[in-house]
Amino acid sequence: MHHAPAGGFALSWEGIRTWLGGRWILAFLLLETVYFCATAQGFASPNSAQMLLFYGVEVFLLAIAELFVIITGGIDLSVGYVLGFASIIATKVISGLADAGTPPLAAVVLGAAVTLLLGLIPGLVNGWLVAYLGVPPFIATFSMLGICHGVSELLIGGIYAMGLPRLAADIGSGRLLYLAPGGVYSFFVRPEVERGTAVVELVPLMVVLAAVVIGILAFVLARMRFGRHVYAIGGNRDAALRAGIPVRRRLLQVYALSSVLASLAGLVYALKYVSGKADAGASSLLDSIAAVMIGGASMFGGSGTVGRTLVGCLVIGVLDLGLRMSGTPTFDKYILVGAILVCAVVVERYIEGNGK
Amino acid sequence: MEYRLETRDITKRFGGLVAVDRVSMGVRPGEALALLGDNGAGKSTLIKMVSGVYRPDGGEIVIEGKAARIESPMDALALGIETIYQDLALAENLDVGANIFLGRERMKRRLGVLRVLDDASMAAEAKKVLDRLDIHIPSLRSTIRTLSGGQRQAVAISRSIYWDAKVLIMDEPTAALGIAEQRKVLNLVRTLKDQGLGIILISHQMYDVFEVADRLVVMRRGVKVGERLVKETTPDEVVGLIVGSETVGASRPAGENRAS
Amino acid sequence: MNAAQAGARAARAPDRSLESGGKGFFASGLGRSLAKNWAACFLLVMVVVFSLTGKNFLSIVNFQNVIHLQTLPLLLAAAETFVIITGGIDLSIGFVAGLASVVAAKLMQVFVATGIPVGWVILLGTAGSLALSLLPGLLNGVVITRFKVPPFIATLGMWGIANGVALKLCQGFPVAGLPDALPRIGNGYLLYVLPGRFVSFFDKPASFPDARIRELWRLVPYSFPFVLAVLGTLAFVLRYGRFGRHTYAIGGSMDAAIRAGIDVDRHLVGIYVLSAALAGLAGVFNVFQTGIGNYTTFSSMYELFAIAAVVIGGASLSGGKGRIFGSVVGVLVLAFMENGLAISGVEPFYRYIAVGVLLVIAVVIDKLFPDLF
Repeated sequence: MHHAPAGGFALSWEGIRTWLGGRWILAFLLLETVYFCATAQGFASPNSAQMLLFYGVEVFLLAIAELFVIITGGIDLSVGYVLGFASIIATKVISGLADAGTPPLAAVVLGAAVTLLLGLIPGLVNGWLVAYLGVPPFIATFSMLGICHGVSELLIGGIYAMGLPRLAADIGSGRLLYLAPGGVYSFFVRPEVERGTAVVELVPLMVVLAAVVIGILAFVLARMRFGRHVYAIGGNRDAALRAGIPVRRRLLQVYALSSVLASLAGLVYALKYVSGKADAGASSLLDSIAAVMIGGASMFGGSGTVGRTLVGCLVIGVLDLGLRMSGTPTFDKYILVGAILVCAVVVERYIEGNGK
Repeated sequence: MEYRLETRDITKRFGGLVAVDRVSMGVRPGEALALLGDNGAGKSTLIKMVSGVYRPDGGEIVIEGKAARIESPMDALALGIETIYQDLALAENLDVGANIFLGRERMKRRLGVLRVLDDASMAAEAKKVLDRLDIHIPSLRSTIRTLSGGQRQAVAISRSIYWDAKVLIMDEPTAALGIAEQRKVLNLVRTLKDQGLGIILISHQMYDVFEVADRLVVMRRGVKVGERLVKETTPDEVVGLIVGSETVGASRPAGENRAS
Repeated sequence: MNAAQAGARAARAPDRSLESGGKGFFASGLGRSLAKNWAACFLLVMVVVFSLTGKNFLSIVNFQNVIHLQTLPLLLAAAETFVIITGGIDLSIGFVAGLASVVAAKLMQVFVATGIPVGWVILLGTAGSLALSLLPGLLNGVVITRFKVPPFIATLGMWGIANGVALKLCQGFPVAGLPDALPRIGNGYLLYVLPGRFVSFFDKPASFPDARIRELWRLVPYSFPFVLAVLGTLAFVLRYGRFGRHTYAIGGSMDAAIRAGIDVDRHLVGIYVLSAALAGLAGVFNVFQTGIGNYTTFSSMYELFAIAAVVIGGASLSGGKGRIFGSVVGVLVLAFMENGLAISGVEPFYRYIAVGVLLVIAVVIDKLFPDLF
């Protein structure tokens, strides 16, 4: 076959489309932000940026969890209810320990450890079902969703878990840095000031935690062998097998990772809202999957990055916050997220098609 | 004898790529034409134009002397051009009769009003055509999934025969078969030739080509680089045409077209 | 792997044990039958166990009640069956049903205000809602076929959109103010019997006081013939109709269907429209049953349970398999599980766990016996 001469790049329509196509979601995010700055009261402030991140932590964590699974060509429907399950475990264990006299800090640390450890279980089961029994991920994780839901409700008997010590709340809503007038600053601990003095709060602790975890995972995905394997499995499972990659073990690890991240999100939830609920994460499931897709990952696996997923999360987060601040009921959010999700995939396909 | 199916200067482009560049070839009734060429030579694209999957960007397709408009697979089927693809395009979850009649199911009337699938007659017709080709499939009502590769190939071929194919295009028919089944398929091809079909055979197997084909056409990089009568050429020469004689010792100059 | 390798695999393929359908015990006819209908067997066993552990489980009243309340899930499962057989999935049916419910109620509310006869109110509300519910299906179908968006994503998007629209319409509150005739129709029975005294059709005798209605045997809710008619027709079309055959073909091999000349795109759009229409029907009937327009809440997961029922009933998520009857069994398994557990005094949350386990069993059996239809 002989090739026709390639067209000019730069200012040609083709050129713009190709360049923009890969970044359209960033453009969309920008547009969105600008729109809400203009129309929603109080949106354009550093405080709302912090709120955005603060409220979005769970979704960020769940989205990264989904990202790993989706790259391998699977899906994890259970993360929402694993989050709920973890929030209950965390609440119960920490409050139980605190009540039994353990110093609050130890209670929190131990509680966190137990939560994360127990949070491995759903993931291990998911991974075993998918990797070793060949159960389709949709079914396996849907089953786990139900099981977690059932177990969670059993644990709390229908209401929600409470009773966390003060320290937990402080950590959950705490900030990295506080600035008070007169050059007073303090890390982690809110300074004692007179009533009514404005204290600038910077960077919620939970956001710092999430940022660190996500940063590490981004590195693993992009630079470490584990990440390479994950992409390989998603790209072509057979080829990965023949290349000597321990496919089944990796899948198990990926689902376990997803579940641990979901548990971490549950822990964060418990600290932030000082309670544990079975359906704490139910509404975050759609958002997290949508975020991954909007961020350009392919449903069939093999592509997607942490950065783009985070952009996807921001798109949804900004939408959510913006709508809330402009007083529109959250009904519109579902409609918009649904529409954006579909558009995102259509655009992806379009770009892919043109790129050939 | 006139060609039953002919392409004249047919061309296909994908963006800036010319996949098929003014190729003219044809097959006569009762003849088997082998279409040869390395991967990417354009054989599949050519075939897809003839079977209606792609639309030509230039040139025309001529059926029994008359120009034909083939804009979809249905058009090709209506003109009697049946294609058997490498992956056979059979529905594994349906039985032999269902596959043979796929898209053209026979219906009967129940209670005078309802139009319902006539599975019984479809199965009976399937048996008839399998018998005609001397193919034995033990259980006609079980799904295709339970059949061997050769049997599936046979079902695919039977499907074409049933619909009175005038031209049968076979893409790598023996590629995935064991020796015994390969022979059966080649015998089938001979039977079909005897019944007056024109057959276009895409194959990498020199053995098959020299066993059943009457003529061969070689493509390279979208262009037809050679056409020979099978009995007037050798496998070496053919390979030379396929890869380009510079790389293989051949007794003829490169790229020479010999009229058939 | 490329086509030649696929062919090669096919050539080496058939494990002879698959021809008889299984290994060991399962190679026998009885074994195969049991495995094929394991869900139905499970249902039977469950019914037996629950009649022993719970009083009042094994009664006509209870059974009728359970099935009557499963009208919505049954219709949704039927919808999902068609979609899953083609290898796709429809996550939006739950909220489409909710949307249809809200739309029907709103329309009726509006018409009631105009003062036209009740019969017309109900008719127009129903027709309007059914017509409208075709739209999400059409959108799903077009997005999936024309824009090549995977069904999971497309219907997930619609899931959100339908939810949002429904919520907007009703502002989060159930829509009330509808004609009283509705719940009478939705919850009416064909037969009213006072043993030893009389048998009455369609309604209790006017002279019989409302207060004593409990004394009557009420048999065969209207929902039964309704569901039977709808599901029966669907099952017939699926098995004996060309539409059904093409549906299976697309699920088995989309390539084969395309090359056989089937207009796959058009068929798939039809499938998703059908799915949405059935969901709409379910939503409208729900208005009849409850007398109000009820949007489905976030965590109801109707669609996921419908999918679970279809898989338990023998369909495979990769397409090509599934029957209406199987899906019905799946719905009943889930329904009686919850009902039996509740009556036996067990925490209902075990239902979720049970669903999870059942699903996995269904899939494992599907893997062991891929040839079962």
